[in-house]
Amino acid sequence: MKRRQGLVAFFFLLPGIGLLIIFLLVPSIVVFYFSFTKYSVIEAPKWIGFLNFKELLLEDSIFKIATFNTAYYTLGTVPLTIVIGLILAVIVNAKIKFRTFFRVAFYLPVVTSIIAVSVIWMWLYNPTYGLLNYFLQKLSLPTQDWLFDVKLVMPSIILMSVWQRVGYIMILYLAGLQNIPDQLYGAAKIDGANKLNSFWYITLPLLKPITLFVFIITVIGAFQVFSQIYVMTGGGPASATTTIVHQLYVNAFRYFSMGYASAITVLLFLIIFSLSVLSFKFFGGRES
Amino acid sequence: MLLAIVAITMLFPFFWVVSTSLKFDAEIFSWPPVWIPSSLTLQQYVTCLQTANFTLYLFNSAFVTIMRTVFTVAVASLAGYAFARLHFRGRDLLFLAVLATLMIPFQAVLIPLFLLVKWIPLAGGNDLFGRGGIGWIDSYWGLIVPGVANAFDIFLFRQFFITVPQELEDAARIDGASDFGIFWRIMLPLSAAPTVVVIIFTFQSCWNEFLWPLVVIQSSKMRTVQLGLAQFAQQRLVDWGPLMAGAVVASLPVILIFLIMQRHFIQAVSTTGIKA
Repeated sequence: MKRRQGLVAFFFLLPGIGLLIIFLLVPSIVVFYFSFTKYSVIEAPKWIGFLNFKELLLEDSIFKIATFNTAYYTLGTVPLTIVIGLILAVIVNAKIKFRTFFRVAFYLPVVTSIIAVSVIWMWLYNPTYGLLNYFLQKLSLPTQDWLFDVKLVMPSIILMSVWQRVGYIMILYLAGLQNIPDQLYGAAKIDGANKLNSFWYITLPLLKPITLFVFIITVIGAFQVFSQIYVMTGGGPASATTTIVHQLYVNAFRYFSMGYASAITVLLFLIIFSLSVLSFKFFGGRES
Repeated sequence: MLLAIVAITMLFPFFWVVSTSLKFDAEIFSWPPVWIPSSLTLQQYVTCLQTANFTLYLFNSAFVTIMRTVFTVAVASLAGYAFARLHFRGRDLLFLAVLATLMIPFQAVLIPLFLLVKWIPLAGGNDLFGRGGIGWIDSYWGLIVPGVANAFDIFLFRQFFITVPQELEDAARIDGASDFGIFWRIMLPLSAAPTVVVIIFTFQSCWNEFLWPLVVIQSSKMRTVQLGLAQFAQQRLVDWGPLMAGAVVASLPVILIFLIMQRHFIQAVSTTGIKA
């Protein structure tokens, strides 16, 4: 019973597609236009060509720091999150007691709001009453200023962010692990492989597609880091934790330099978009 | 043994926030720290909910999240159904275009979206051309509407509706059902599985949303609970008791839903891989 249902389809799709066009597609194009203008919201946008990009890439020293910090955060979080996530996945995939409990426990930080997580860790990192300093003291180590120390602040943010995200990576790997047939391990065992061997030569290679996917989404996520920075440090101390998105926010909504902030957006967009194309290709491939 | 250590490390921050939120100030600020409160008190919660206005913030968050979820399910199920079961020209191409929007990061539209919401015609003192007022800035509409449609939810519904046997549709058509009738009376009642997933994800992402509320909300009475918590954390850095209570109430709804529905949650994340 194949018949054209164009008109019906139009009404079914109107709300969804309409909203997507208005609130996603159009803004994502308009931002390119704004990036070539000087725009303070009060006055109309004024075309200035590539000036924003020139300033951003050549003159803005804070943006340079923000880019460095974002790279630092990315290099700090991505490998740690993936490796720990994989280890957790292997652990909760084994036939252990209370398996579901552990899965739920490790996933719990993922569903907790990043703001709540930030506030909780600010308390743990508190220099005077924080538990982390208490543990250091117990171990007879010097206590730290954590979020107030220029050198230590980024590692502190990284540690907290890894804690929040590993559960997510764990679940993705868990799905991959469950797809590996048990016979493979059985065969390897007969051939005399120990557990580490089978992990290295069977598990890891078979998880490669997932690792690629996980890698790309983790990198994309890292480039978008904002909320914990905003709440925990406000980009400080001394710009030590300001990031690309934080600069975007500050320029747009504190200085109201919408054109300049749009140029930041465009740069970020290009980075993330190219990474997304990669992951989309992969995801599309996995679906078929 | 190793597992126990890992689990304790992972869960420890949760234990500590709950423990702190149930203590009197004297034990919160004691050194060495008191692990388990010697006497329990809800005082921190009372301060948080009343003095710090979290009751209002919770209401705002609940209202916005429920509205967003309802709209999302409606919009996504309709679109997903059209892509799965209706025949029209350019369907697959259009669906691909919808999927492609998944690659647009939210930050990329933040600035234009803010301006767009400010220019919504005939809202917030605006004229027909969106000038003169603030549009949907600082309003529930501004919080709810821009996030309603998203490709992921449409995708989920489409994937489900594709699996419904054609015979069901044919039988209903012979009985004289309209296209909408088939959707409403036959298909939607069958689609509990994708609906649950969409509700869970929308609830989670909307409740935990921060950047958009931060940008669109200006007055304190419109704050969502995440926004209220963030502001509270920045202004009152010494009130650790009420702050911890705030962290608990701001995360509890999603955590409860997660604990109740954890099977759905984990299954959905592992099969779809995105959006968490």
